[in-house]
Amino acid sequence: MSRRKTERLLNLVICLLATRRPLSADHIRQAVPGYDAENDEAFQRMFERDKNELREIGIPIEVHKDPWEEDPGYRIVRQSYELPEITLEPDEAAVVGLAAQVWQRASLAEAAGKALLKLRAGGVETEEAGGVLGGALELRLDTQDPAFPALWEAVRDRRAVRFPYRAASSQTVLTRTVEPWGVVSRRGRWYMVGHDRDRDDARVFRLSRITGPVTPIGRPGDVVVPEGVDLKSMVGYSDALTVRERTALIRVREGTCQGLRQVAKQVRPASGGWDELEIDFNDPERLAGWVVGFAADAEVVGPPDARDAVICRLKGALA
Amino acid sequence: MSTADRLPRLLALVPYLMSHPGAQVPEVAKVFGLTEKQLIDDLQLVWMCGLPGHTPGDLIDVSWDGGEIIIDNADTIARPLRLAVDEASALLVALRMLAELPEFGDRDALSRVIAKLERAAGEAAAVVSSQVAVEVDAAPDALPTVNEALRRRRRLSLRYYVPGRDEVTPREVDPMRLVMVDGRSYLSGWCYRAEAVRLFRLDRMLTVDVLDVPADPPAGAEPGEVTPGVFRPSPSDELVELELTPAGRWVAEYYPCEEVTELGEGRLRVALRARDQGWLVRLALRLGDTGRVLSPASLAASVREAAASALKLYESV
Repeated sequence: MSRRKTERLLNLVICLLATRRPLSADHIRQAVPGYDAENDEAFQRMFERDKNELREIGIPIEVHKDPWEEDPGYRIVRQSYELPEITLEPDEAAVVGLAAQVWQRASLAEAAGKALLKLRAGGVETEEAGGVLGGALELRLDTQDPAFPALWEAVRDRRAVRFPYRAASSQTVLTRTVEPWGVVSRRGRWYMVGHDRDRDDARVFRLSRITGPVTPIGRPGDVVVPEGVDLKSMVGYSDALTVRERTALIRVREGTCQGLRQVAKQVRPASGGWDELEIDFNDPERLAGWVVGFAADAEVVGPPDARDAVICRLKGALA
Repeated sequence: MSTADRLPRLLALVPYLMSHPGAQVPEVAKVFGLTEKQLIDDLQLVWMCGLPGHTPGDLIDVSWDGGEIIIDNADTIARPLRLAVDEASALLVALRMLAELPEFGDRDALSRVIAKLERAAGEAAAVVSSQVAVEVDAAPDALPTVNEALRRRRRLSLRYYVPGRDEVTPREVDPMRLVMVDGRSYLSGWCYRAEAVRLFRLDRMLTVDVLDVPADPPAGAEPGEVTPGVFRPSPSDELVELELTPAGRWVAEYYPCEEVTELGEGRLRVALRARDQGWLVRLALRLGDTGRVLSPASLAASVREAAASALKLYESV
């Protein structure tokens, strides 16, 4: 944006804010320096572009169509333009400072920074997170998935999206069409929850498995998020919630398998330089995937399905 | 900062100067992330603008004599523009995450701030920000003790589990910072065993005690860059190539791979570096028939050897 253009736009904002009655384009052309006085068409084009640019940065321009006037009138209503009065107590200011840091290098860092600047400009004294735990607390969210910005916009605009997606351990990439309800970060990974139109059901998608561009489809505002939907519980694994109902008996060599020992509910010495552990589990494959890593230092004695799962992996690794 | 951001910046700069009369050039430049020269340039531009008519009485009046900025006649744009949905939501999502953190002291301040921001930003931001959620891991048992050590600036003694090497080691650590990345807590501190700044996951501290010794990290020790995602391989570690079936693709999602090549039918070839040979053998065993070591040959041999000796345990019964 050139300096002259910035100047013109700033003058335009001031002009539209200062007026009580809506101003016609012609009036604005006289009042704001920098518009073409000679060429009507050039002026119209420039004025259209200027209005769009102001709207893009969030400035609400009202358009009035008076039945007695040929041309529409424009103005900016102060109440819809201005940040309402807001004051923060020192403890409140400290948490806002901390919150603004959270996105540091993530895709919302810029938005958070701008918000902080506007609050400060409005006279709110925000702190640099100094107030919380003496500045020794740092919080971060990362959004490295390329799909994040587009999905954030889709959620914001309530707009359906289409994207190529590879389901977990699937061979093929399929195009999915989804009405997004929200995005959730869980253990460092982002998920999108929404209504999958082709499957006509609610689905969860992992952002890292979106293999190409996310394209918005349909109109903004089309998506209706069902009332009372609990995004986090839709993404949550069952493992955190379900009780580990089964118990495995595992033999481990003395002095090895620290990781297994930490979660064992019982450790007892056995003969010949071995100890016996009892470990609760749910899924024999998950248990096997973990125990097999200890190779010849650990042996699943039972139950049989867990034992077989380990043997199967060992044979697979040998093949 | 790109020039397209200039207008929004000016619309924040003017109210900032109105609400901070007499602010100094260096201080304002810092707040807005500008050089002093860029700030002066902004002030010069503002000075050319004002109400229609543009007589001297209509124009905004700015001076920065002696570095002290005084602005006048800018009442029309004395308040900042309201928060955009994105801007308010970015803060609200983070605040809601804070509210979920166990042990976060100031819950009361949080709910007041959230209410104030929602009021200032309007309904749209309130709705959007509740559609972006961050799940926070349950509070690790170590958290209260680590917090106490940070508050009192005391040294910690811990038994720490390193899964990569399947080791439990005793450590003395001078805590420097509590870092929560993506809902998971880490302590950054000076580790006397490593004689360097190290990052410790709180859920891997098997025991933790506050020592009656003041924390005294060496001068110049920086809390350092937190790279989440387990391990930071160095370029000197050997490059390992794996071939994965569709059921083994999770490896590419969990670990930083330098190269990922689609081989068709959902199979992948990945290249990654890891500091620890033992970790690689464990990964290969875990993969079973869903992954195979392509190179180096020595690693492939270690994996076969480990699998063969483990299988003997099962054959003997």
